[in-house]
Amino acid sequence: MSSRGSKMEEVKLFGYWVSPFCRSVEIALNIKGIQYEYIEEDLTNKSPQLLQYNPVYKKIPVLLHNGKPIVESMVILEYIDETWKNNPILPEDPFEKARARFWANFVDQKCFPALWKTIWSTSEQYEQNKAEALERLKVLENELGGKRFFGGDSIGMVDIVANFIGFSFRTIQEALKLDVFTEDNFPKLWEWAENFANCSPVKKCLPPQDKLIANFPPAYMGKTLVSSFQSRLQLQFHPPAAAK
Amino acid sequence: MAEEVKLFRTWSSPYALRIVWALKLKGIEYETIFEDLTNKSPSLLQYNPTHGKVPVLVRDGKPVCESLVILEYVDEIWKHNPLLPQDPYEKSMARFWANFGDDKLMKSIWQLFIAHEKDQDVAAVAALENLKIVEEQLKGKKFFQGETIGYLDLAFGWIANLVSILEEIMSLKLVDGERFPHLSSWIQHFIDAPVIRDCWPPRDKMIIKFQVMRENYLAAATPK
Repeated sequence: MSSRGSKMEEVKLFGYWVSPFCRSVEIALNIKGIQYEYIEEDLTNKSPQLLQYNPVYKKIPVLLHNGKPIVESMVILEYIDETWKNNPILPEDPFEKARARFWANFVDQKCFPALWKTIWSTSEQYEQNKAEALERLKVLENELGGKRFFGGDSIGMVDIVANFIGFSFRTIQEALKLDVFTEDNFPKLWEWAENFANCSPVKKCLPPQDKLIANFPPAYMGKTLVSSFQSRLQLQFHPPAAAK
Repeated sequence: MAEEVKLFRTWSSPYALRIVWALKLKGIEYETIFEDLTNKSPSLLQYNPTHGKVPVLVRDGKPVCESLVILEYVDEIWKHNPLLPQDPYEKSMARFWANFGDDKLMKSIWQLFIAHEKDQDVAAVAALENLKIVEEQLKGKKFFQGETIGYLDLAFGWIANLVSILEEIMSLKLVDGERFPHLSSWIQHFIDAPVIRDCWPPRDKMIIKFQVMRENYLAAATPK
């Protein structure tokens, strides 16, 4: 059983710098002000520790708290919120909490894959994938409404899970000259993204823009390099096979 | 104070069954609204505009969607007979395994179910591997969380019923007592539990439904 604030607490995070799932965990730890050791994994050569701590999926992120591993980013977020009660990332009211979980799932299962697909589209696939992504972003824009953040006045679980939309996707789409998430089409979401990326728990762990852009060179678009990229990143979402 | 609780469901949805069981375990009175998903009611579309899916739990006019989210909500509103463990680490384990059940296990069994004969061997490997992982989790335990039925049993509850139905249609035995003694034993305990056993959908109706579904999938995927 952990004792909050005790010097005996050991928190480690196994991650990969570009992974938005890993980013979610880092943001949550930063919000709570938790000191942790970060271990960058080479996903082409996974450490014995990673394989030991996540034998089922063999993926990052893995949070290790006093020697006990917790895996899957959304499960980790809930664990963090329940273990360290300061600066909650979920509402206290059960109904509002259920709403937040629903929208976090929507971002994770519907928005992220749709946006990801647009990055990996061939020119034939792009318009269709873009249409799907626009649909999802529209739903999100409506849900945000007049709020500063999905969590209200401060960022919460939904904002955290949407970190890919809040930062990395805009950087990548600019580099690849995509026109999915635009200020004209999604003014509220655009403003949300600006505010989100400027929050200090988020700013602390954002990848450098140039490194991010270099990871997604324009040459990838339309080429059949999907499978090698996927094996490097080992993200849960499987990009569609590029058309031959 | 009388609460108004409604559950939107279909007669066959395994996800909705989770909520039926949970409400029964907690002794909560509620109204059931059966939906025809080919002709969704305006209420369902109002309460779940994003997905239009069941189950939806509506309590005092406020809708909660997604079965695992609803289970947690039910557990937080009605705190007696808790479904989830109290300890955050144990809770995270339960959530992890529930997600595994839906994301990996159910999907792999479904892939086997709709596979053409030539693809069945490969699909079976994945399904059996995932079942083995679940088998390991049940070692030394009557139910997933110990002696009593909890969140994870409800999350995995579909195995106890749907798998044998799919097996019958496929003429293929997946969960046999020899390879999966703990899972088989859990199935027996779960299926006979007083809170659980009266809620199963009619087996013959399920067989017809999934038989038709399988035929449609196989026909649609027939290689040219």
